[in-house]
Amino acid sequence: MHMPDGLINAPVSIGAGVLVAGAVAVSLKKTKGSLDSQTAPMAGLVAVFISAAQMINFPVAAGTSGHLMGGALAAILVGPWVAVLVMTVVVGIQALVFADGGLSALGINILNMGIVTVIVGILVFAGLMKVLPKTKSSIVAASAIAAFLSVPASAAAWVFEYALGGTATYELQTVFISVVGVHLLIGIGEAIITALTIAAILATRADLVDGARKFLPKQKLVIKDSVVA
Amino acid sequence: MSNKKLLIVGLIVSIVIASILSFYASSQPDGLEKVTADQSLDVNAVDSANSDSALADYGVAGVENERASAFLGGLIGVAITGLAGAGLYFWLRDPNTVETK
Repeated sequence: MHMPDGLINAPVSIGAGVLVAGAVAVSLKKTKGSLDSQTAPMAGLVAVFISAAQMINFPVAAGTSGHLMGGALAAILVGPWVAVLVMTVVVGIQALVFADGGLSALGINILNMGIVTVIVGILVFAGLMKVLPKTKSSIVAASAIAAFLSVPASAAAWVFEYALGGTATYELQTVFISVVGVHLLIGIGEAIITALTIAAILATRADLVDGARKFLPKQKLVIKDSVVA
Repeated sequence: MSNKKLLIVGLIVSIVIASILSFYASSQPDGLEKVTADQSLDVNAVDSANSDSALADYGVAGVENERASAFLGGLIGVAITGLAGAGLYFWLRDPNTVETK
């Protein structure tokens, strides 16, 4: 899903860059000093994990592969505002350090993989958790569905941008069906990786999953054996 | 699991994925790449300005062995993202909360 330079014209690329800059500015403002020392390290760990997991392309159909985007996962783990920062860091490093995705395309790539996925992921997750029983299994199921839908949504955003500023001749309907279609398949992989990751963290440190915190019973504050210095 | 342990386990898992498993990743074009090539949407694509940088495509230029190159590339990726993550930590942390051991 990392688009190289030249596919989409400058005005649309710049427009996407402006949108991303705005979203990052708002996210920075919203999140400054917002986490305690227990949860703040999670953001960095989520960035590292997603950046690593994105390196794994899995085969999806004849001659095609896909990889995790991670926006829905990040949104559920650390909340949507921190997730926007995490995803901007991940996609930014990929382009700047590893030349994965174009430099002038960076705004579009962050918008599609790091912001659309976060928004769709958190909305679907929150919507499902309204109706599902408030259990760990529901949280995992809702995460899987949110992750699944975030991928074709990201693909649809790309088609929209291409329709606005694509630099080659194209047939919109064909482009839409094939790009969104292949990303429905990639979405299955996204759902599996997201569900496994959320399940693993719920099993060990459920208190660190931002999306789960309000649904799970509060941990009792216990005084453990006294610490002698 | 303590925070410290979780961080260490998370880092080790990430390093294993980035440095070792990444070698076995599919090298087929990804969904977008495939469709844009099939439908000639990418006729005006250009290499990005840093496409021949030392770390392009998650390898390390000059390291002949592909497995070693991917290993180092993954490790560097984890390290750079980890540094950025540490920056995020200082931004996000409420300075008024007490550090717990």
